[in-house]
Amino acid sequence: MKAFLSDTWFILLRHLRTTVRIPIWIAITLIQPVIWLTIYGQLFRRVVEIPGFGSASYIQFLTPGVVIMTALFGSAWSGMGIIEDLTDGVMDRMLATPVHRAALMSARVLHAAITVAVQSVIILLFGMLLGARIAGGLPGFLAILSLGSLLGAGMSALSNGLALITRREETLIAVINFFGLPLTFLSTAFMASDLMPGWIRALARANPVNWAVVASRDAMLGQDWLGVAKAAAMLLGFMLVSVWISTQAFRAYRRAS
Amino acid sequence: MDAAIACEGLEKTYKNGVKALEGVSFKVRPGEIFGLLGPNGAGKSTTVRILATLTRPDGGTASVAGCDVIGNPAGVRLRIGLVAQASGVDKWATGRENLTLQAHLMRVPAGEIPSRVKTLLQWVDLTGPADRIVKTYSGGMKRRLDLAMGLVNEPTVLFLDEPTTGLDPETRAALWRDLKRLRQERNLTVLLTTHYLEEADHLCDRLAIVDHGKVVVEGTPAELKARISGDTVTLEVGGESARAAALLKPLPGVLETIADGSRAIVRADRGASAMPLLITTLERAGITVSSSTLSRPTLDDVYLHHTGRRFQGEGEAGSEPAA
Ligand SMILES: Nc1ncnc2c1ncn2[C@@H]1O[C@H](COP(=O)(O)OP(=O)(O)OP(=O)(O)O)[C@@H](O)[C@H]1O
Ligand SMILES: [Mg+2]
Repeated sequence: MKAFLSDTWFILLRHLRTTVRIPIWIAITLIQPVIWLTIYGQLFRRVVEIPGFGSASYIQFLTPGVVIMTALFGSAWSGMGIIEDLTDGVMDRMLATPVHRAALMSARVLHAAITVAVQSVIILLFGMLLGARIAGGLPGFLAILSLGSLLGAGMSALSNGLALITRREETLIAVINFFGLPLTFLSTAFMASDLMPGWIRALARANPVNWAVVASRDAMLGQDWLGVAKAAAMLLGFMLVSVWISTQAFRAYRRAS
Repeated sequence: MDAAIACEGLEKTYKNGVKALEGVSFKVRPGEIFGLLGPNGAGKSTTVRILATLTRPDGGTASVAGCDVIGNPAGVRLRIGLVAQASGVDKWATGRENLTLQAHLMRVPAGEIPSRVKTLLQWVDLTGPADRIVKTYSGGMKRRLDLAMGLVNEPTVLFLDEPTTGLDPETRAALWRDLKRLRQERNLTVLLTTHYLEEADHLCDRLAIVDHGKVVVEGTPAELKARISGDTVTLEVGGESARAAALLKPLPGVLETIADGSRAIVRADRGASAMPLLITTLERAGITVSSSTLSRPTLDDVYLHHTGRRFQGEGEAGSEPAA
């Protein structure tokens, strides 16, 4: 256990260092949400006037959605780092040491969670600048960070697992492009649930991205704390299942090499 | 302790059906520098990967530093250093950071890490660029960092998979010196694969030639050279080497002929006196001999004799190895 924790820590430091050294990467993942908030926020400002939308300000409605969407896309790329390590021989070098095997995965998942938390803070602050009000106060703010981080951790675990099985950047890119947008649009990130067709609403209910969006919005508005807690528990479950899948993928990788 | 490395009947078939090893066996004594030679795809890296616990054999047994690679991989990992064929340094970290992380993962006591890292950086002559990220290093600098990383835990057995490919002659000579010193000072055992026969001849106490997943011959460089008798006559014959080899084979005193590109290589009992006969036979058959040389068997001839191919590494000193 001690080895697991200390190995996770040192490898996590490595990943954080890498992120800080490639600032363009952070910039890219932040420019997108900023564009969404400013452009969509303006473009769809009057959507809220549609009867049944049920929210007073679109920017207020949109900000949690953009936070979660950024968490989704940011962490879905996590597997690219593993593929880079495989091609550079870094993975082999580590596997030839006594490093705790699980630490190699946990460090990546933690790194994704931390990255998401930092991005979420920036997006929330920017949303507030544009007029979104966090009625849930500090607890609401922290709840949104946690929900985003849980989703991000789970998504990065899935991405890592996929990377270990396919070992190809092209495949990972294709899968993210294929699933990323549907996961977003089959959620209430951009549109209120009451205005969705029934079948989309049904799909959204099974979508972890939607759990995070709905709960973040409630945390933002400071309402339905029980629902927020329930969503957090479900996202925790999603994350644990994803981590389990990624460790199985890691085993399969080591058997196949 | 008996053997530092012992493997017996190692077999490995990859998932795609490639039979990489078909029964590799050899022993390396503690403090020995042992070389694995062989053409591309012979199975050298696969052998190293099995011994370093990166991949499991399908058959056979192996132990490294007294630990079984399948029964006690954790024991093996603590005691070895690995410099793999593909580099393995983190290009977004500095040299010092790479070494420090490796030291942590290798269970070097935290208090000793900074000083050990410093010493190693000096040793591989990377003190200056130690705090630059590795992305800015040259190929040779990266290779030296690889080496330092393989030594960070003061291993008892060091695996070097083509350690000098891409190094300039000076750095290569320095590495040879240092390996010999390490062996002397710490009784370090080294298993190295190489594409430079000169390196094997100079550095290795013993070596094995691997071909098609099997050890075809094993011994000290001197033994191997002595074991092939006769002299080597190399005849430059343009495009006719196959016909030339066939023509010369039945001549008296000729032990072996090999067609190698534009050359016919003949091993003969008394090379000097056989030479005129060889050349006239060819001229009579209409094959022009543009040059001929006579030599005592070299490791190159040993290699050629056992694999039927001239050593491929020789002419491609600067090229990247295939992964
Ligand atoms: N991961 C792998 N999956 C499938 N086949 C592999 C794998 N690694 C190696 N091989 C195959 O196994 C055989 C032996 O490869 P190996 O890398 O051990 O050769 P080598 O002697 O190190 O060659 P080189 O001198 O080119 O480094 C080759 O045919 C190679 O294509
Ligand atoms: Mg190799």
